[in-house]
Amino acid sequence: MGELQIMFDDFFTRALIAGIGIAIIAGPLGCLVIWRRLSYFGDTLSHSALLGVTLAYSFSFNITFSVFIISAVVALLLINLQKRTKLAGDSLLGLLAHSTLAIGLVLIGFLTSIRFDLMGLLFGDILAVDVEDITIVYLGGAAILLILYFIWKSLFSATVNYDLSAAEGMRPEISNFIFTLLLAGVIALSIKMIGALLITGLLLIPAAIARNISSSPRQMVIIATLAGVVSVIAGLFVSLEINTSSGPSIIVVALLLFIISLIPLEIKGQLQK
Amino acid sequence: MAENNNLLVKLDNCGVYKSSKWIVRGISLEIHKGKIVTLIGPNGSGKTTSAKMILKILKSDEGQIKNFASKMAYVPQKINIDWTMPLRVVDFMKLTSHINNLEIVDALKLTGVDNLLYNDIHNLSGGEFQRVLIARAIAKKPDLLVLDEPVQGVDFNGEIALYNLIKKICSTLNCGILLISHDLHFVMSATDHVICLNGHICCSGTPRSIVKNSAYIDLFGEHNATTLSLYQHDHDHSHGTDGRVTNNV
Repeated sequence: MGELQIMFDDFFTRALIAGIGIAIIAGPLGCLVIWRRLSYFGDTLSHSALLGVTLAYSFSFNITFSVFIISAVVALLLINLQKRTKLAGDSLLGLLAHSTLAIGLVLIGFLTSIRFDLMGLLFGDILAVDVEDITIVYLGGAAILLILYFIWKSLFSATVNYDLSAAEGMRPEISNFIFTLLLAGVIALSIKMIGALLITGLLLIPAAIARNISSSPRQMVIIATLAGVVSVIAGLFVSLEINTSSGPSIIVVALLLFIISLIPLEIKGQLQK
Repeated sequence: MAENNNLLVKLDNCGVYKSSKWIVRGISLEIHKGKIVTLIGPNGSGKTTSAKMILKILKSDEGQIKNFASKMAYVPQKINIDWTMPLRVVDFMKLTSHINNLEIVDALKLTGVDNLLYNDIHNLSGGEFQRVLIARAIAKKPDLLVLDEPVQGVDFNGEIALYNLIKKICSTLNCGILLISHDLHFVMSATDHVICLNGHICCSGTPRSIVKNSAYIDLFGEHNATTLSLYQHDHDHSHGTDGRVTNNV
């Protein structure tokens, strides 16, 4: 008990534990985001997360809960709008991303009574997490991964081919809906730590690294998770060492890993010539 | 009653309405165990749409569908696997079912591509991919198999072998098969029931009765119709991939 207490007393250890938790959730979800070409969708959800945070402050809700609700509502709104309008998906995403971001920023203007850290909101502050945050990340993360495990076959088959999945009784419409909620969930869990602008980076870059060096879906999920964890650990140590902000440092490390992951592809290409 | 036990799907006056027009309308058909039903018709006549209705991918906007099939397998006409996903043949074979590698290899052997087990699916040729698609559907051991132009891009000898395989599967699995095909030779010689589509059912019946139908002759032309009636000879032999006569049917 005593030792555990001391461990959690250290802000840096808390940051490491929370960050690793987020990276483990982001690995498999990030792969799905890449496979389904949903990176802008992730962006839209995280921009709308800002609105969720503002609402949480206004009505003193729990931030994670509020962000989850807003992201989920925006996601469902988007799916609905796609059926009703003739606009392309990317236009609708832009429309929702920027209007929810704007509403969030306008609302912040009204909150003059509360000290508001806008930078913290956009880029997160993983060094400020407390034990309660860590508990939420691990409980929420376990729930997300458990649900993902159960709907994986359906989700994966629908990613490869929707018609095939539907014809063969995999019920892809249900798993697609749940997946949207899970995506909203991971954004809600990580907003405090990584921030609205960088969450999609933590989803996408590890999965992109994994794509470069894997030959099967399972391998890609495992490598993406590992790459995320390594980025978090290395990024946090770098930020401690050279005194840079933690969230962006994690993403920069991930980017470096991505560049390194291109080397095997390059060598393979040369050998095949 | 015995007849009813073999019934897998029954469509009664079904249709799909999309962007203010009927894609297909007035579709009534039955698929039974151990029988091959074929849909033929020109491009855009609603063959794929009808198949999707049967597979419950699309909802019918009128009429009634009864589907008693417990396990359906589908070979779609077009499938495009995104390059962002690393996928080997073995992963693809397990897409919607839990089957072991032994069963996978057995199914791939049937379509002659068991050597491709660990190949990247993106590097297969069109014909090889088609063979994998068919193997995947067979490996599921379905009671209703829907094949939408299954042999597209397959070489000539392979085409004959695959059609023979489809016929064989129909009896070994005792499954019902819905086949969409442009290959009138096969349709007329090997299927039990032919449905001629052009937005609605122009005519339907046994191959023998269809070729004499005036709606069929209008749709496919006098020349094809008469050529094909000549094709109604009984097959007492089959050909190996090199063209030699074999008797493996």
